[in-house]
Amino acid sequence: MTTLEHAGAAPPTGVPAPAPTAEHGDPYRAFRDELFAAGLLVPTGVDGLYLRSEAFESIVRGIDAAVSKMAAVEAPTVYHFPLVVPAGLLERTDYVRSFPDLIGVLDSYAKGEAGYGDLLAAAEEGSWPQHLEHTGLGLCSAACHPLYPTLAGSEIPPAGRRFEIFGQVFRHEPSVDPARQQVFRQHEVVFVGAPADAAAHRDAWVERGLSLHRRLGLVVEAVVANDPFFGRGGRILAANQRAEALKIELVAPICSADQPTAITSANCHLDHFGTAFGLRLGDEVAHSACVGFGLERIALALLAAHGLEFSSWPASVRQELGW
Amino acid sequence: MDEPIRRILGEHAHLQADVAELGDDSDLYQAGLTSHSSVSVMLALEDEFDVEFPQEMLRKKTFGSIHAIRDALAQLGAVVA
Repeated sequence: MTTLEHAGAAPPTGVPAPAPTAEHGDPYRAFRDELFAAGLLVPTGVDGLYLRSEAFESIVRGIDAAVSKMAAVEAPTVYHFPLVVPAGLLERTDYVRSFPDLIGVLDSYAKGEAGYGDLLAAAEEGSWPQHLEHTGLGLCSAACHPLYPTLAGSEIPPAGRRFEIFGQVFRHEPSVDPARQQVFRQHEVVFVGAPADAAAHRDAWVERGLSLHRRLGLVVEAVVANDPFFGRGGRILAANQRAEALKIELVAPICSADQPTAITSANCHLDHFGTAFGLRLGDEVAHSACVGFGLERIALALLAAHGLEFSSWPASVRQELGW
Repeated sequence: MDEPIRRILGEHAHLQADVAELGDDSDLYQAGLTSHSSVSVMLALEDEFDVEFPQEMLRKKTFGSIHAIRDALAQLGAVVA
């Protein structure tokens, strides 16, 4: 998921919408319990971090294939990105400023033999994390972010460039809502090029996303949304993003029909990444736009819509998933 | 009141233009103010004038010009430094 106004910031795709956590209450916990009982997700003891069964993954693979089939007409360059990124990427994308409460960085032990005794003692009492130091690594916040540094300083051709990206992301927002996971996957289709073409990419993928989700039997609609920018200052960023309709979410019921969940998001970044990473289109700064399919959320929406027993799913849905 | 406003803009707005040469009604966003910089400006103004911008004022246009910032501070009863 990603976005931005931008001036803004980019955010995420596939992600977020209503406020997190426990006040979500029973329908969220109840559906998660059903998923646990069916063995589709396996608890780890941490809200938002689950192991996934082969059955769950078979849904994800079907969605991935359906998205790739749609993306193929654009002949994109395809990348698979790891969860870990250089921590500096979080700064360059403005995520440190926009979503400090959602990001994460990695620590490791670097004090050598001299501090090892202290570490062992700390391990006994559970305070060992205090003996670790920042590694310069961070966790990816949106699947397309690692793309932009690879294009830095390069000249984008007039027709633009298109990318299909498979990536994992981390968002620190523990919740009993099974749709709000802390580590999840985004399947993105990204355009970098002229401003009008970037806007057209976003709009085209809103329609393609709606069409795909409807073929999968989901009740889905497109709504203007904003990213959960941090703090009071974030209200300025969110207001801008909404006023310019830069983020469109495709929402479908998962745990609540009244409060459907964003399962896919399509975002105009304007020149946010173009400026941050020096993406040039002739004498101009290139614009970018993306659509991000939230794979776990789409899978959960399918399970909520069609039931936990796959054999009863409509033939048309099974066919769309390539089953 | 303008002097501290201009000082804060100089420190937090990261404008391409020289703050001293900006007119009261110059468009700060045209002058290079980004959304994130406007957040920094907002926080610095709150510290300087001991006010809190209410939710309805947390909009881009509140920080769009020196004139707009001065009006917003006046509405909040900020004391001239």
